[in-house]
Amino acid sequence: MNYLARKISFYVVALWAALTLNFLIPRLLPGNPVEILIQKLAARGPITPELRNSVELLLGDTSNDPIFVQYVNYLKGIFAGDFGVSITYYPQPVVEIIAQALPWTIVMIGIGTIIAFVVGITLGMLAGWKRGSWLDNLVPVTTMFQAVPYFWLALILLYVSAVQFKIFPVSGGYSYTGAGPSWDWDFISSAIYYGTLPALTIVISSFGGWLLGMRNMMVSTLSEDYIVTAEAKGLRPTRIMMAYAARNAILPSVAGFAISLGFVVSGSIVTEQVFSYPGVGSTLLQAVNNNDYSLMQGLFLVITLTVLGANLIVDLLYTVIDPRTRARS
Amino acid sequence: MTTDSLLSVKNYNIVYQVETPVHAVRNVSFELGRGEILGLAGESGCGKTTLAYGINRLLRPPAEITDGSAIFHDESGVDVDINGLTVAELRRYRWDKVSMVFQGAMNALNPVINIQKQMTDIFSTHRPEMSKSDRIDECADLLDLIGVGRDRLRSFSHELSGGMRQRVMIAMALALKPQLMIMDEPTTALDVLVQRDILQEISELRHKFGFSVIFITHDLPLLLEISDRIAIMLQGEIVEYNTPEQIYRNAGHEYTDKLLHSFPSLTGERGGFVRSGEASALTREATR
Repeated sequence: MNYLARKISFYVVALWAALTLNFLIPRLLPGNPVEILIQKLAARGPITPELRNSVELLLGDTSNDPIFVQYVNYLKGIFAGDFGVSITYYPQPVVEIIAQALPWTIVMIGIGTIIAFVVGITLGMLAGWKRGSWLDNLVPVTTMFQAVPYFWLALILLYVSAVQFKIFPVSGGYSYTGAGPSWDWDFISSAIYYGTLPALTIVISSFGGWLLGMRNMMVSTLSEDYIVTAEAKGLRPTRIMMAYAARNAILPSVAGFAISLGFVVSGSIVTEQVFSYPGVGSTLLQAVNNNDYSLMQGLFLVITLTVLGANLIVDLLYTVIDPRTRARS
Repeated sequence: MTTDSLLSVKNYNIVYQVETPVHAVRNVSFELGRGEILGLAGESGCGKTTLAYGINRLLRPPAEITDGSAIFHDESGVDVDINGLTVAELRRYRWDKVSMVFQGAMNALNPVINIQKQMTDIFSTHRPEMSKSDRIDECADLLDLIGVGRDRLRSFSHELSGGMRQRVMIAMALALKPQLMIMDEPTTALDVLVQRDILQEISELRHKFGFSVIFITHDLPLLLEISDRIAIMLQGEIVEYNTPEQIYRNAGHEYTDKLLHSFPSLTGERGGFVRSGEASALTREATR
C-alpha cells in the first residue's frame, strides 16, 4: 500500500509538471490567437474595435492579467473540463472536438498496438522455445517490415489492398453514406471495416520488434537453471514454456509495451494522415496548421495524460508480474 | 543397508558432439545399492555433472549418450531402462523415481513465482488426483520437515537466503518420496556451518525415508565421512570405485592420492590430510 501511495504521488507530481509546461510553452511561442481569428474575419469585412473586443472576450484573452492569475485560471479551467474554444472548428469547444476524435484513435490504434504485442510475443515465445525451427525464418522478414519507413509501407498496403483489389476502403473512419456515429450495428460494422486496414499496417510494421525481443529473451531464459529444474521435475512442456520460460522472458517486453501504449495517442499522426482517419492525429495536424493554440494545448494535455496513465498502469502491473520489484518494508 | 541394487550403470559414454567431439564420460560402470550413498568426486570439468544429467536424461544437444545402459530397479520389481523411455514415460519417471538437487542453489528456483506454486507444480503433474488443499498441506509439511517453516510458502526465492533456497530444493526433491536423489554439489555455494546443517538434515532424512543418494562434489574428505561408496572420476573415467575406508587407507590410483593430499588439516598433525612438502609439490604440479 505504501508502495502504491508513493507511486501515485510520483505521478501526481509528474502530472503537475506536465500541466505547467503545457501552460508555459504556448505563451512562449510567437503569434496570438486573437490576431489569427481577426485576420480570418477581416476577409469578410472591416474590423471594428467592438468586434475585436468581443473576439478577445470570446477566446478568453486574458493576456492583460498577471501571469500567475492566468496560471490559476488555467488550472481551474482544466479541472472544470474547460479547455477553451477552437479556432479551426469555431465555435466548437476544444473538449467536444477531443471527445469526438479520441475514441477513434484509442480504439483503432490501441487495438492495433495490442494485437501487434500479443502476436509478436506469442510468435517470439514459440520461436525461442523451438529454436532453429521454421519460425526463426520469420525474424528477418518481420524485421524488414519494421525497417521500411512506416508511411511508405502504409501507402503500399493502401494502394494494393484498397485501390488495386478494393478489399478495404481508401480513406475515412466509417461509411459516410450511412447515418452518423451511433451505437447500432450498421455503424459499428462499418467502423470495424474502415479501421481494419490502418490497424493492420500498425500490426505488420511493429510486431517484428516484439517477436525478436521475446525470442531472444526466451533463448537466454531457457538456459537458466530453473528451467533445468522444471525439466527434472518432469513438468509438462507447455507448463515449462508458459510458467517458467515465457513468464520470465516477457518482463522486459512489458516495460517496452508501456512506452508504446503511451504513444498510442500521439504516434497516430502518420497513420491517420495516410488513411484520412478522423482521430487525434489528424486533429492535431489541423490544429498546428491553423495555429489553433487552445486545441493544441488540449491535445497535448490528452497525450500527456495517456502517456502518464499508461505508464502508471504498467508500473502497477509490473509489481504484480515481477515480485522482485515490490518494495520490501 | 540392504544390498540389492537400485541403479546399474554399464559402459556409459557421453560425447559432446561439437566440432572436435569431447568425450565427457568414458565407459563408466557402477552399481548403486538401495539406500546407499554413492559419492562422486573429481575435479571441475571431469564429467561428474554430465554423468548425473545423463542418468536423468537431462542432457541437451550437443551432448549425446553414445553408448551404455542405465537400468533402474524399481521397488515394484520392474526394471526400467532409462535410455529406452519415451518422452512421456520419461516425464513420469523424473522426480517420481529420481529427483535432483542442483549445483546452482541460487538460480534453481524460478524468481517470479512463489515457492508454493513451484512445489504444488510437482503434485499437480505427478499426482493429479490430489485435491488442491492436500497439495498445499503436503508442501507446507515438507517445508516444516526441512526446517524452513510453512510460513515461507508464499515467499519468492529472492526473499530467502542461500541456505534456505537449498533447503527448499531439498524439500521439493523429497516431495514424491523418490528412491534416488541426485545431489549435484548441493552445498558448494554455502558456508561450512550451513553446509554441515544441511548434510545432517540429508542424512537424517535418508534414514527416515530410505532413499539412495548420488552425491557429487569435489570435496573428497566430505565424501569420506558420508558415503557408503566413492567413485573418483578423472577425465570422464571412473578411476577408482571403492569404500571410503579403502580409499582413505590405500588409494589405488595416484590421482586419488593427489586429491586426498590436496586438503589441509586443521590440527596440523602429520596425517592423511596434511600438506607435506611432497604433497605441496604435487598440488603445484596439479595447478600448473
